[in-house]
Amino acid sequence: MADSTSLSLPATQAIPARRSGGGLKGVLRRRAIVGALMTAPLIALLGGLVAYPAVYAIYLSLLSRNMTHFVGFHNFILLLRRDTFHMVVFQSALFAVTAVIFKAVIGFTLAHLMHNVPSRRQRVFRGLLLLPWVIPLALSTLGWWWLFEPTSSALNWLLVRIGLPPQDWLGDPWTARFCMILVNTWWGEPFFMIMYLAALKSVPEQLFEAAAIDGASAWQKLRYVTLPMMRNIISLTMLFSLIVTFANFDIVRILTNGGPVNTTHIFATYAFQVGIQSGDIPLGAAVSLFMLPVLAISSFFVLRGISRRSQEAM
Amino acid sequence: MSTSRKMSRRRALGLAAAASTLPLVHMRTAGAAGKLSVGFWDHWVPQGNDVMRKQVQAWAAQNKVDVSLDFITSSGNKLLVTIAAEAQARAGHDLLTFFPTWEVQNHSRELESLDDVIASLESKYGKLDDFFRALAIADGHWRAVPAAWGSQYKGPCGRLDLFKQHCGIDLQAMYPAKPVHTALSDAWTYEGLFLKAAEASKKIGKPFGIGLGTTADSVDTAGSIFASFGAQFVDAKGNITLKSDNTRRALEFFKKFVPLLPPDVYSFDDATDNRMLIADQTTMIYNPPSAWAVALRDAPKVAEQCWTFPTPAGPAGRFMPMNVFQFGVWSFSRNKSAAKDLIVYLMQREQVQQRLNVTLGFDIPPFDSMLDFDVWEKAGPPPGTLYNYPVRPIHQMKRWITGMPAPPAIAVQIYNQALPCNLVAKVTQAGQSIEQAIAWAESELESYSG
Repeated sequence: MADSTSLSLPATQAIPARRSGGGLKGVLRRRAIVGALMTAPLIALLGGLVAYPAVYAIYLSLLSRNMTHFVGFHNFILLLRRDTFHMVVFQSALFAVTAVIFKAVIGFTLAHLMHNVPSRRQRVFRGLLLLPWVIPLALSTLGWWWLFEPTSSALNWLLVRIGLPPQDWLGDPWTARFCMILVNTWWGEPFFMIMYLAALKSVPEQLFEAAAIDGASAWQKLRYVTLPMMRNIISLTMLFSLIVTFANFDIVRILTNGGPVNTTHIFATYAFQVGIQSGDIPLGAAVSLFMLPVLAISSFFVLRGISRRSQEAM
Repeated sequence: MSTSRKMSRRRALGLAAAASTLPLVHMRTAGAAGKLSVGFWDHWVPQGNDVMRKQVQAWAAQNKVDVSLDFITSSGNKLLVTIAAEAQARAGHDLLTFFPTWEVQNHSRELESLDDVIASLESKYGKLDDFFRALAIADGHWRAVPAAWGSQYKGPCGRLDLFKQHCGIDLQAMYPAKPVHTALSDAWTYEGLFLKAAEASKKIGKPFGIGLGTTADSVDTAGSIFASFGAQFVDAKGNITLKSDNTRRALEFFKKFVPLLPPDVYSFDDATDNRMLIADQTTMIYNPPSAWAVALRDAPKVAEQCWTFPTPAGPAGRFMPMNVFQFGVWSFSRNKSAAKDLIVYLMQREQVQQRLNVTLGFDIPPFDSMLDFDVWEKAGPPPGTLYNYPVRPIHQMKRWITGMPAPPAIAVQIYNQALPCNLVAKVTQAGQSIEQAIAWAESELESYSG
């Protein structure tokens, strides 16, 4: 019941409705805007250091040698006619695929071994096994070069000590390729090991127990439990490593500089030789862009597979 | 009446304020002629940089220019990367002193004309050889000045004791430290004494340290050997002229010569031969005197047996591989007049001689009138070791750069993609026939022509 003493405001003095998002404070309250502001520095960095160079490289690859006029796809056609470039494509594929497979297998094996080490001591071994990845690549490659270089090779010294002839590690094409793959594998397998170790720890123990109850052998557990559970992480790490290995520069540059006789050149080093050393920057840009379709197609199929498996799992 | 004037507080403050502005006056006039940024090659001989720095600072003080100097290493192609980056960005140093070999032609559109500098220097020291003109003149103008800083010959440096004892050759009799032409030097040919000496060196386990790798030393040597046989890759008009009897004869020579070299010859870099010399693992290398200079410090007994002398002759003559550095001023430089003035100063005879005395005669001045410096006679031990380092008329030798006489756009690719070394390797390592190897090289050359 309305009380005669209760207050009531005259209609003319009704409190105006509060405006939502008014002023700077209101703007900053919107999550979308705050999110955009916070990611702006990263987007600017990616734009300036990744997107712009990529677009500029595409533009450069369509120019003539002296960068004065457009020549369309002439640079790409020129490369496809070069025997040396065919070798570069073959060597890049060989290097990337072989090194990634070795890294994955060794990383997977080490991850399993580490998984079975008691957690107290695991930290020490993990730290030691991560060392190759932690040391700057140029520095460690220089160390490997000293091991291979004939005038100071410790490896050859050992071989001679045990009665074997010294090897021409970096002068023979196939041995030089082996050395490149060896160094890349040594450097990259800690990444695989640590990723697979983390993935192994996330596989539920109950699955292994259930498999054991069903009488599964170690090999069957690996094939029917571990591998399916780790399939996505295996795909992702191999894709990531493939991209990085394809674009590798340091190892080849320091170990062999593309020799002997261009038999260890890969895209990045050949692009440098053609673009910077030989002064044909558009052609160098064209060389480096050849990697793009290969890696884009690989990424598409791998990520599509991961996406499909994730949807099936749900 | 008192004549002394007491120092009031106000007067003292005023004097102090005036005194404190003196440094500002000095700073203002120090860079009165502007700023200049210069990039120098980081010299192999450590003391070289110090003397260059002092010379530039003396010039800067005299001319009131605020100079900043950078000494940039040639390791890892840092010089090429610097040139390429500055050309693309149109920013960086005003003056670079290390445009190597073909880079002036590569970047001629971005380089300032230096006709006036050359005219000034030639009027004083004589005309420059056509060899330098081919490297530095583009569109009818001098785009660079050949520098007496880093320009070097890469000829033989042999061991006196090993040559005498095992190869039967007295290097000091063949090329004595005096201006005489000897009959023995006429017998110093690739297919003659050179091959015999290589065989003898291989037998004693100290083979010639000559590489067929991808780096400059290997390319320079291989290119000069091809030139001495008259084998030309591309002529001055851009026609591919590789398929010839001269090329076949040169490759036949390499088929006999390469088995006498170390087995890792295809993986040589620019320092492998230096290391072999210092480690007493070789009878002879092709190198400027930097290897001997380091041996002076690290292996004196090896150094005192080193003798630098001309290359052997082939059927087409005697060719000395040369690496030329050139002073270039960017067209985007903001102080071109100071840059040109500095070039003229650094190329004066007094400055060149002062630097050469410190760098043990490593750098070769482009003017023949400067070949009378006594640094090459006095350098040692052994005495006279560098007398025959600069190309002298008695040597009957031509300067050579691999890729010549091809148009620069093709020559730079022949050089940087190590085509001569790869051609030899196709025959000696990959087992191809001479005709197959020549066909492969021709297809490479066609792609260089675009």
